[in-house]
Amino acid sequence: MSDTAPTTGTARVKRGMAEMLKGGVIMDVVTPAQAKIAEDAGAVAVMALERVPADIRAQGGVSRMSDPDMIDGIIDAVSIPVMAKARIGHFVEAQVLAALGVDYIDESEVLTPADYANHIDKWAFDVPFVCGATNLGEALRRITEGAAMIRSKGEAGTGDVSNATTHMRQIRGQINRLRSMSPDELYVAAKELQAPYDLVVEVAQAGKLPVVLFTAGGIATPADAAMMMQLGAEGVFVGSGIFKSGNPAERAAAIVKATTFHDDPDVIAKVSRGLGEAMVGINVDDIPQPHRLAERGW
Amino acid sequence: MSTASPLVGVLAVQGDVREHLGVLKAVGARTLAVRRPEEIARVDALVIPGGESTTIDKLVRAFELQGPLRERLAAGMPAYGSCAGMILLADRVTDAARDQQTLGGLDITVRRNAFGRQIDSFEQDIWYAGWPEPLRAVFIRAPWVEEAGESVEVLARVSGGRAEGRIVAVRQGSLLATSFHPEVTGDVRVHAQFVEMVRMVS
Repeated sequence: MSDTAPTTGTARVKRGMAEMLKGGVIMDVVTPAQAKIAEDAGAVAVMALERVPADIRAQGGVSRMSDPDMIDGIIDAVSIPVMAKARIGHFVEAQVLAALGVDYIDESEVLTPADYANHIDKWAFDVPFVCGATNLGEALRRITEGAAMIRSKGEAGTGDVSNATTHMRQIRGQINRLRSMSPDELYVAAKELQAPYDLVVEVAQAGKLPVVLFTAGGIATPADAAMMMQLGAEGVFVGSGIFKSGNPAERAAAIVKATTFHDDPDVIAKVSRGLGEAMVGINVDDIPQPHRLAERGW
Repeated sequence: MSTASPLVGVLAVQGDVREHLGVLKAVGARTLAVRRPEEIARVDALVIPGGESTTIDKLVRAFELQGPLRERLAAGMPAYGSCAGMILLADRVTDAARDQQTLGGLDITVRRNAFGRQIDSFEQDIWYAGWPEPLRAVFIRAPWVEEAGESVEVLARVSGGRAEGRIVAVRQGSLLATSFHPEVTGDVRVHAQFVEMVRMVS
């Protein structure tokens, strides 16, 4: 029997899209001109948003989905995939983004959450979702809800990579511990991770998440990106780090190259030259607890 | 050489490299992730994976791989490209990004993102030349072959749906290309066919 009717929105199509982004850099952009700079620098996708996280942090207020006109402008400007952010739990913002034709939706803690109890039911959509996670249990809960890609959260808008490393080490370390557990221990692990047993077993056997794992939140230099890749990220989101720096085009291209050659210090040294000022940044420790974005979502 | 297992490289600047390496190993090839000119020189054949074709093109040029790759392809090195890899192997691209270049070799015109945006990405059974059972093909922001030269053999077309009849798999000499991603389905037949092609020429 063959099934020659095309089927859209399958898990394989949604997760597969993220597989194709691996080894690449996804860049935050706020205008069509920035999107073109990102595409020319070799970005695998752009994230269309109204304000980069550093400005969200500086300006405060409620942060929401971007203006549809602005997203349309970016979709028209580039040929690479365009992602956009919806607020945690705001399924109507997600419906609007899907209607606009964005290629991936980021249910993002960078925006102000719309629901403090529930995330979006992502299985209900044909368009795939990426979600942030600070640990394995959070990642598996998002995957259970239908996320087709996970990014470690880090602390967006800081230029401080320390939380990105913490979250990536946490997720990878928890996966490694699962691998060494016996079947009876995995029942307890599932309880402690607050994640479905079958998914925990799948991760324990494969030694990886069933979806692609990127890094995000505080990456500002080629060396930051390369370190996150060496720590096990399969690709990189760069938010404020590019367009809040002195020379965005050069820095963007350098981060792309350092991501590909993340294990070759000679290449990273070469591409790190002459980039001008990195984004100024703020230390995560200096941010009062209520203003830490990574603590949104659960 | 026909008894030895060929060394098949996978271009590893960006994309789903791991999946291709896994399938190639499963069908008996030795493998090498390829990112440097000296690695291009070592392999018997090359797979260009799925990924973002504009990114792969830029990295291939930035790390001075374009020249060596074009030379090896012109000299007859077997190559297989899936999705972005098909674009890289095509002589001509429509809907290309500004300044986008390809390695070339296949006398085809490829249309990028031909089926639409991600929301239009799909999977579907297709019939592949010479195979009794259909193949489950996964198309992700995939290209299709708009025009194929006389010496290009069409191996598969979409059957059914809006894209009915579109060419999605081709072969020309030692070059093979598919719009879809056999590497994400667990079906090893396309890679087995490619490795057999490599054995024939080496």
